[in-house]
Amino acid sequence: MADLMIKALDAHYGDFQALYGIDLSIAAGEVVAIIGSNGAGKSTLMRSLSGLMRNAPEQIVFKGESIGGLRADEVSKRGIALVPEGRQLFPSLSVEENLLIGTQVGREGAWTLARIYELFPILHERRNQASTSLSGGQQQMVAIGRALMSNPDLLLIDELSLGLAPVIIKSIYEALPDIISNGMSAVIVEQDITKALSVSSRFYCLQEGRVSLDGKPGERSREEISRAYFGV
Amino acid sequence: MDWMNAIIQGILLGGLYAMIAAGLSLIFGVMRLVNIAHGDLIILAAYLALTASMLLGLHPLLVLLLVVPMMALFGYVLQRGILNGTLTGDILPPLLVTFGLSVIIQNALLEAYSADPQKLDSGVLDTASMTMGGISIGILPLLMFAVAVAVIAGLQFIFYRTALGRAFRAVSDNQDIAQLMGLNRRHVFGLAMALSLAVVAVAGIFLGMRTSFDPSVGGGRLIFGFEAVIIGGLGNLWGTLVGGVILGVAQSIGGQINPGWQVLAGHVVFLLILAIKPRGLFPRMTD
Repeated sequence: MADLMIKALDAHYGDFQALYGIDLSIAAGEVVAIIGSNGAGKSTLMRSLSGLMRNAPEQIVFKGESIGGLRADEVSKRGIALVPEGRQLFPSLSVEENLLIGTQVGREGAWTLARIYELFPILHERRNQASTSLSGGQQQMVAIGRALMSNPDLLLIDELSLGLAPVIIKSIYEALPDIISNGMSAVIVEQDITKALSVSSRFYCLQEGRVSLDGKPGERSREEISRAYFGV
Repeated sequence: MDWMNAIIQGILLGGLYAMIAAGLSLIFGVMRLVNIAHGDLIILAAYLALTASMLLGLHPLLVLLLVVPMMALFGYVLQRGILNGTLTGDILPPLLVTFGLSVIIQNALLEAYSADPQKLDSGVLDTASMTMGGISIGILPLLMFAVAVAVIAGLQFIFYRTALGRAFRAVSDNQDIAQLMGLNRRHVFGLAMALSLAVVAVAGIFLGMRTSFDPSVGGGRLIFGFEAVIIGGLGNLWGTLVGGVILGVAQSIGGQINPGWQVLAGHVVFLLILAIKPRGLFPRMTD
């Protein structure tokens, strides 16, 4: 059974409709990439999944429970964590406090402060610094660590590599297999198609709020993907 | 020696102002809510203490144990029941609603207790004093200042050393992202108001022991609280204590020059500091 089922999901910002009848499913332990150009609706989808945008309850079903209408804090307690676009760390909190805030969700599991520091040793060195004093890549590590500290079953990463130096992107992608393990599922939103497809078993391409293509990375040609991506 | 005396009395009075200001500052810091009813809530706490101490025959300081949890509970219910609904990102609704609350509290107190000035009877504490270097220092003002320092230190500890404080700061930084971390902002705001009104209860009881009060004096306390917060710099609790002390000393020295200048001197010093350092002496908040 799929861990996450999205059924005919619509999303609106006032009069503007951002998503049109999205259908999507993710099995336990699966890594799925969401690709698409700017404004395709990727971030809106992430906001809906995490509860930052409320939807009709039955449009999002997680482990058999309709969660589309829940608040973000209620969604997080059910095991969905979001690494938001642009990191969005808490500036008043130190690096370690940013990580600890993830425990507020109250889910026990394998992820602890020690394990995050093992994964990203640089964060241990900088643990008492203000989170704003870190480089973009280090901030992304904190944002990932913060989400992991809630021990989610489904990790959503919005724009994993946006605004980061190539060498940083490479190291974060290298760490991904360690991050997504123990049966955790993940949704990775990316504009960098090649990078996203390299770590995922399936992908969905969004275009103007609709799923324009989906499948396994190997079974679709470059032309098909770029047509679905750019709409030309 | 009179001047030295005035300065010391002013410093001790500053402790009370700091307590009044701390609750105000806490609420503004966590949820950007300017609580116009803050002063009236202090007076409400003083009346609660008056009633409790008369009914139970207890010393006002013992009544603290009763009034602090009552006010904290009231704060939580008030926040979840009414004030959360005003936090829409617009500054005006919370101002209007807390202004309305202020009017309601004043009139309810007037109905219940009449306009006669009241005072909490602190017994021997009222007149007890000690002499240090030729200056007589009242035990009550001294105790009040010590409690104020303890309250500020306690708030500082909660804010920077506990999970609750982390939650306060996270919600203050970014409500959406805090919500993603499992923090229900409505609950966190409720807890912040509960903490604020717990401090209000302490301030109200000390105020009631130190001076007489009637239902209409809350507004004036609110102004002193505001001034102490602004002088110290928004978001800095120790700054708030310094702000309270500066205000207290200014009033005390003003009163020494001419009894009619007491309140005026405080306002003048506040305006001067605002003119020279618009963000206060020790600003912490960056936005």
